This record gives sequence, structure tokens and C-alpha cells, in this order.
Amino acid sequence: MSFEPKIVGILCNWCSYAGADLAGISRKKYTPNVRVVRVMCSGRVDPTFVLKAFESGADGVLICGCHPGECHYAEGNYKAARRIPLLKKMLSQLGIEDERVRLEWVSASEGDRFASIVDEMTEQIRQLGPFSRNGGGENG
Amino acid sequence: MERRIGVYICHCGSNIAGTVDCEKVTEFARGLDSVVVARDYKYMCSDPGQNLIKDDIKEHGLSRVVVASCSPRMHEPTFRRACQDAGLNQYLFEMANIREHCSWVHEDKGMATEKAKALVSAAVRRVYYHEPLETKEVPVNPNVLVVGGGIAGIQAALEVADSEHQVYLVEREPSIGGHMAMFDKTFPTLDCAACILTPKMTTVGQHPYIQLMTYSEVEDVSGYVGNFKVKIRKKARYIDEDKCTGCGQCQELCPISVPSEFDCGLGKRKAIYIPFPYAVPNKAVVDPVKCSHLKGLAEGKDVCRICQKGIEKKGIPGCEADAIDFEQKDEIVEVEVSNIIVATGFQQFDPSVIYQYGYGRYDNVLTGLEFERMSNASGPTNGEVLLADGRKPESIAILHCVGSRDENYHKYCSRVCCMYSLKYSHLLREKVPEAAVYQLYIDMRCAGSGYEEFYERLQEEGVNFVRGRAGEITNIAERPEEEGKLIVICEDTLVRRKRRIPVDMVIMSCALEPRADADQIAKTFSLSRKADGFFLEKHPKLDPVATMTDGIFIVGCCQSPKDIPDTVAQASAAASRALAMISKGKVEIEAAIAVVDEELCAGCKICVDLCPYKAISFDEEKKVSRINEAVCKGCGVCVAACPSGAITGKHFTTEQIMAEIEGVLV
Repeated sequence: MSFEPKIVGILCNWCSYAGADLAGISRKKYTPNVRVVRVMCSGRVDPTFVLKAFESGADGVLICGCHPGECHYAEGNYKAARRIPLLKKMLSQLGIEDERVRLEWVSASEGDRFASIVDEMTEQIRQLGPFSRNGGGENG
Repeated sequence: MERRIGVYICHCGSNIAGTVDCEKVTEFARGLDSVVVARDYKYMCSDPGQNLIKDDIKEHGLSRVVVASCSPRMHEPTFRRACQDAGLNQYLFEMANIREHCSWVHEDKGMATEKAKALVSAAVRRVYYHEPLETKEVPVNPNVLVVGGGIAGIQAALEVADSEHQVYLVEREPSIGGHMAMFDKTFPTLDCAACILTPKMTTVGQHPYIQLMTYSEVEDVSGYVGNFKVKIRKKARYIDEDKCTGCGQCQELCPISVPSEFDCGLGKRKAIYIPFPYAVPNKAVVDPVKCSHLKGLAEGKDVCRICQKGIEKKGIPGCEADAIDFEQKDEIVEVEVSNIIVATGFQQFDPSVIYQYGYGRYDNVLTGLEFERMSNASGPTNGEVLLADGRKPESIAILHCVGSRDENYHKYCSRVCCMYSLKYSHLLREKVPEAAVYQLYIDMRCAGSGYEEFYERLQEEGVNFVRGRAGEITNIAERPEEEGKLIVICEDTLVRRKRRIPVDMVIMSCALEPRADADQIAKTFSLSRKADGFFLEKHPKLDPVATMTDGIFIVGCCQSPKDIPDTVAQASAAASRALAMISKGKVEIEAAIAVVDEELCAGCKICVDLCPYKAISFDEEKKVSRINEAVCKGCGVCVAACPSGAITGKHFTTEQIMAEIEGVLV
């Protein structure tokens, strides 16, 4: 059986979760590899959530928030935009591939975009192979 | 304490059960830690479905409930209420979204079922850590703000004000009326737009419960539903509105003539002017860019002021009411309101970007709005349909879908163009009966009360309907009868033939598009925008006037292109929503906010600057941060940032989210 990556999606309630809902309402098909956890704002995403996901067996983490300037809480997504790159820098020092953590902006009207991000990320991680705590994917 | 969790898997008819094996998911849920009962049912949101939950709470002593069904954005309130009804705190409930996020987006039954199990396990693990929370009710301010004074804003303002609640109506332009005030007739009944609009405008101007602020813009909105604080900039009009009688003497005297915005540049206005004859308020305004005195003032010179002084030599007096005040400055007004109705309207698509149509290059190619003004008896030609050289046209083409239903510009249909194009045809048949009228359409879309009948009527009035989109408008004649004409080149798709139609005038039915500054408006009012740029409603069908931000409504064409009846209906709907809250007198405030554990707080103040709402203050005595419950909106930015872990985001605690992450990965 081919490797099916497990990806945790952490989505803000107002834009991205609604965008994912819209993908559903429009019956847009995408791979079932992302499982969504809802937070009120991408600014709530504590970097330890990402570490927790990897510890619990995730092969990737997708964080989605409102587009810059469109945050329901004015500027929470800017906080995410600063925290997540820092986290990624740290993860890269631990040997974790860049593609395993992704921060994207998805608005409430971008159901199609959410679906294509999920498909794309799933494919990328499929290529990387399963996450291993001993540094990177199986091949890494 | 022991947790007793009940899990309910909804089939949603075949919406979920068609893709997810609900029995298997239920069986799986039964085996999860602390789950004492797991059931599946056809429609959990139905009364019998909700009763299952209520009965189990009582019989099995459930202390936590999970429903796996649709999006929590759909039915979370429904199930929370069910829990509450059975005596369980509503926050001890969690939802797993196995429809929008699962059954509707996946095809493989096996994988969809596995994903549904993971989502259920996440919800079960999360709900384990839920705590009961109490919602607070706060009193609401009885005032309402309406932004935009077109027909949408006018209607909303009147509906609210008639209930004797204070309305602040803010309009950017010097007069209310919006686009409708520019129109000549309205389809399909052909009432004159001004005849049905001006009584409403006048009522707004005189209404004891409406404070009209024209030439004003909302600068900032703070606070929350029920208690918004709004900062409004009243731009300097250079006129004392209390003194100005609207006599128009100043605009008679003013020597500066500029194209009139209201007449789409077809007519002129002065640098000091009353926007149009039935403007409300009927007060003058000075155009600071064009007025030579104001320009002179900037350079320290005192020039002109003829409007103020009159012409002494001829014995003509200036403003006798002494209303002109060149010293006037912008003024900031602050108001407090419970609800905000955004009715900022649309703008007409600029057809000059479609080069091949020649708008701006050829004299007699007009936009729809320009034609409205030309056809209007109070317009620049006194209602006569004339070519640029003053002749009457002998033939006219009306082009549908200019900028609409076009991959290059707007993909959407602007909804009203077919109907107003028919109206133009009718007006043309009436005003220039000898002229041939061609209407070039893709499809005729005449859905509405009396609309199809209007289309039939126009077919009998002798209009030439050509099914085909114009490809080009040129003045290069190929045949003698084309000399001196504009030639509309199109494919007549009914006869499958390319046609060249020589005409004297072309009217373009331009798309309705979001205003150029819709982005800025969206930021000011915390609105989202759709892919087409119009503002996003809370739910496209069931909540079309509400938005994601409680207490802020969108009505009229800022939400999507629509006709006047639909606009008026939306405006009334939003007004009734606002009044419902005002009449209740109180609003529930979200309980899922952040709190600081003073024992753990190290006093680093990182959170204080991060909070976008300035809800966090620092207690200098105790050296700890403190969160103002009424101001906190529960975004959780501070929770994620606190290095001491001293801040808890209620209902989105780190423990709960971590448990959920573990859960989705089973």
C-alpha cells in the first residue's frame, strides 16, 4: 500500500475554516490526508502545537489564516506570519524538511484554493516519505 | 472527575452516510475512552435527533456531548442549545465536522470513514477537557449606524428611525441618493426614479430620529456588537449647513466651471455647487480642489470670493445667508451604536479598458449611467437623446455584458443589465421613435416580478434583438451606408453570420463592480470579501445580510449586484435584525475569552502590546497583566505568546487543542 501522509491542518475559524467549509459546500474533491483542528485565529497557533503534531505521528502540519489585512482580529495573522517562519528555522536545524510545515492564507471564499493546497502538500509529503523523529523522512 | 461522554453520528440523509460508513464510526466511538453511549441517526439536527441527546443526558448522566455532523458554523448553536435544555452547560459540547470537511470532499468510502473516525476521536479527546463557561449579557446601545446613503442606506435608515431609534446616516458624497438618484426611469414599471426616491430622501433629511452626516466618512470602528464606537470624519464643506438656504446664488456667481460628477461629466457644475436639484441636504459645498479662493489660500493669497462678496459693480449680492466659511476644518464626530448597516454600493465598470469598444475614443459611445443622465429630464440635455454634435441619432446599439460574464474582466453576471437595457430601448423608442434600436445580448435574463412581461412588451415595441456579443466598434467604413457611422461588429449567433451594424450611438450596459476602495471599507468594518470582490455574507442562503462580525450587516450592491426591489428588501431585513437586538436590549458576550493566572504571570508585558484590542492592561502594583473581559474577543494571540503559560484561552486551552491534535492522528 502506498504511503498515506497524515497532515494536521490548523485553521482559523473566520477565513480558512470557512474556506474549507466552502470547499465542502461546493463538493470540491481533495485528498483525505489533512485533518482539521479549528482555532479562532492563526495568531493562536503556539509553535508547540506543531511540535505536538509531529510527536503524535503527523507527517506534516498545515496552518491557514486570513489573508494579510483581512484578519478578523485585525492582526493575529501577522503574529502567525512572524512565529511560523521562526519555528521553521528551528525545525530545519533539527533536520525537518521545510515542506512539512506550511503557512498559507485562505479566505472564506477560497474553497478551491484550500483544496488545491491540500492536494499539493499531500503530494509533496508523499514524496518526502513518513516523518521520522530521528531526523527527516525515511529517506532523509 | 469521571467523564461520561455521549457521541452522536449524523447521517445527514445520504449527505454523510453516502460516503462515510456511519455504523462503523459509531462502533469506533463506542470503544473510545470515557464514551458511555454512541449512536447514529438520520438527522441529528431534527427534533427527534436532538431529543436523543437530551434523553441520554438525563438517562445516562452524560457530562460531555459530541456530535459528528456538519460544520460547527452551521449547527453548533443548535446542539449547544439542546445540551443547555437538558441541563448540561453548553460549552461541554463539541462538534466533529464530518460533512463539509469529509463526506462532501472525498470519494473513497474507506478513507473517508477513517478520516471521520479520526475527527470523532479528536472531538472526544478535546471535549474531555472542556470546562463549563458562563456567558454574560451586556446591555446594548439603542442607536444604529448606516453607512452609505443610496437607496439601500436610505431604506435601512428609515426602517430603523420609524421605530423611534436614533440612526446616524453617513454618506461620503455631499448629498444622499446614490446611483438611484441618477437614474431616469426604473424597470419594469417605468416609474421615474426621482419620483419614488425623492420623497424618501426628503423624509431622511427631516426625520427627527435620523442624524444625517453627508460629505462624511467612517474612519474607525472599535468596540463590539451592541456597543460599537465609531469615529466619523465630517469633511469641511466650507458651508455653514445651518445657515445655507440652498438658494443657489453662490453657484450662479462662481466663475469656475468643471464637469459634473452627477451628470457623468456630460454637464457642468461650479466650484461651489449644490450637487443636483433635489439634493438632500439641499446645501452648497465647495470643491476644495477647484475653488480658486481655497487654492489661493494655500499660497497665502486672497483671491476671488465672488460667491461670498457678490459683484459690487453690478449690484449683485453674494451669499446673503453668510453661510460660506472658508475657514472651516474637517471635524471628527464620535458616536456609539449597537449595530452597523453597511450599504456602500457599487461602481460602474470603466469600459475604456476594453479598447476595441472605443469608449473615450469615439464621441457617441456612452456608458449606461451617461445615458441615464442624458435621458433624465433634469439632465444635461434636458432629457433629449442627442449625439455629440447635437443631432438626433437615427440608429442606436445597446451592448449587454460590458465587463460582465467576461473572463477578462468580471466572470459574474451583473444581474440588472438585461433589464435596464430593455428600459433604455423603451426610452429610445419613446424619445427617438424614428431611430432603429439594436440590442446585442448573450442571453436575456429577465427573472423577476413583471420582468419577462417587460421583455415581451419590448419585443412588440419594435426593438431589434441580436443574439451575440459585440467584438468591436469601429468608425472605418467598408460600405457607403457605413460612412460617418459607428459600426458594431458582431456574430449574430441565431443566424450564424458575422454582422456589421452601422449606428450613430452605442450605449454600453456596464458591469456593476465593487467600489475601488472596497478593500479599505472591508478593513474598517472587519468584513470579508468574496472572490469577485463584493462583501461576504455570513451564509449565502440563510443569513444573507449578516456578516462574520456580529452586529455588522451588509445590504444592497456592496454585497452583490442586485436590483432596487432586492436592495430594498435586504435593507429592511438588516434594519429588522438590528431592531430585534435593540428591542431585546441585551446581547450575549462570548465566554471564550482569555484570562491571566496572576500566580504564573512574570510581568514581562509581552501580551500587553500584542493585543489588537488593547484589552490587556498592566497592574503596576502587583506587576501582573490583566485582561478586560468586555474588550477581549478571544483571538488567543496573547495565549500563544505568553512565555510563562500564564494566560488561558477559555474553550481553546492548550490542553484542549493538544488533545485534539493527538485525536486527529489516531
